[in-house]
Amino acid sequence: MSRYYVNKFLFQVDRSPELLAAYKAAPAATLEDWECTQGDRLDQNGGHERTTWLHFTPEERQALQSQDHVKLFELGAHWFPTLQVFVGMFEKDREAVGGPLAYQKEFAADLSHWLGRSHPSVEL
Amino acid sequence: MANVCAVLATTHHPFYYRETELTPPESRRPSSVVWKQKVESYRETLTAARPDVLVMVGADHFHQLFYDNYPTFLIGKAPKYDTTFYNEERHFGMPRFVLEGDESLSGHLHRGLIERDFDFAVSHELKIDHSITCAIVTSRPEADLPVVPIYTNIFAPPLARPARFHALGRAIREIVEEYPGDQRVAIIGTGHLSLEVGGPRQFQETAPDLDFDRRAVQWLADGDIESILREVTPETLRAAGNATDGFLDLILMLGVAGPNKADYADHLELFQTTEAFFTWYPQGDPR
Repeated sequence: MSRYYVNKFLFQVDRSPELLAAYKAAPAATLEDWECTQGDRLDQNGGHERTTWLHFTPEERQALQSQDHVKLFELGAHWFPTLQVFVGMFEKDREAVGGPLAYQKEFAADLSHWLGRSHPSVEL
Repeated sequence: MANVCAVLATTHHPFYYRETELTPPESRRPSSVVWKQKVESYRETLTAARPDVLVMVGADHFHQLFYDNYPTFLIGKAPKYDTTFYNEERHFGMPRFVLEGDESLSGHLHRGLIERDFDFAVSHELKIDHSITCAIVTSRPEADLPVVPIYTNIFAPPLARPARFHALGRAIREIVEEYPGDQRVAIIGTGHLSLEVGGPRQFQETAPDLDFDRRAVQWLADGDIESILREVTPETLRAAGNATDGFLDLILMLGVAGPNKADYADHLELFQTTEAFFTWYPQGDPR
């Protein structure tokens, strides 16, 4: 069930401009800080309750630290928050060079070895 | 009793507003002109029905709802609904609205659904995402009518079966028609045809599976629920694109409309996906 924790990180990064900027600038440090301060919170509103058992596998941690969206796809992270986070980080940079939707197309090309194959399941 | 003055089933394309309103004319795709024309023609089908209230079917895209607590079916019951999350502004340039709610109709629907064995979750603080906001932008940009939002899970598998979505649509229609009063209720639902998001077939020049789209457009235009329930399975949806599960909400809408030919049917093959627009008038065509 640690894929749940990967999705939780992506979901929370996607909905926070501060966390998104931090993850783009310093992925490993931001991930570590998130785990220490937010990852175990049961409530989305910063309440007192904590979950005691959530963790990443070494492979998941490495994929998030290295911002490896292909690996996240292959590990079964949900495609929607994954795309949202990566587009949020890189779309504007790539658009300036490659035009509209340049990053989204690059993202797809990175996954081209999955064309014609069943995708990894996102079911938890 | 209330009457269902129109049933609208359509795709939602969050780039519509960005492409037709926020992008400078010289930078728009050539298709944006015909896209806007088709949307504005479709809008007239709702305007002609003179609705008093909108029951709106969509699906939260991990904006408010998440894997910690993701309901299969949920209804909103609140006096107002904010729309549009920060990441939808960031990614799509979606506008923000504050929509009036209709708590009485929400409560009537919630009770009626429970009585028919659709065990809905309920939210009294629901922020609406682009699955519904897109239809406001395209079909009722004045955003001046009260709404009842209904969400389905098309995101976090396992999902309800296609036949269950269809049965839910039938139940929604029946329950609205049992609502005391003389309100004119339009029921509007959005979903997808073939679609890939975050996979290798995303953001192509066309939808990932045009063959699926063309068959789906015909099924919906003809009200052909028999073919849909025979041919659409979780496997066929997944084969057409990883986000094609959004078609389940169009199946739901065919349950609302009944097995009838649409009074209005149109579509447009675009980049990334095919847009489709269907309207049924259960009380007769007012145009």
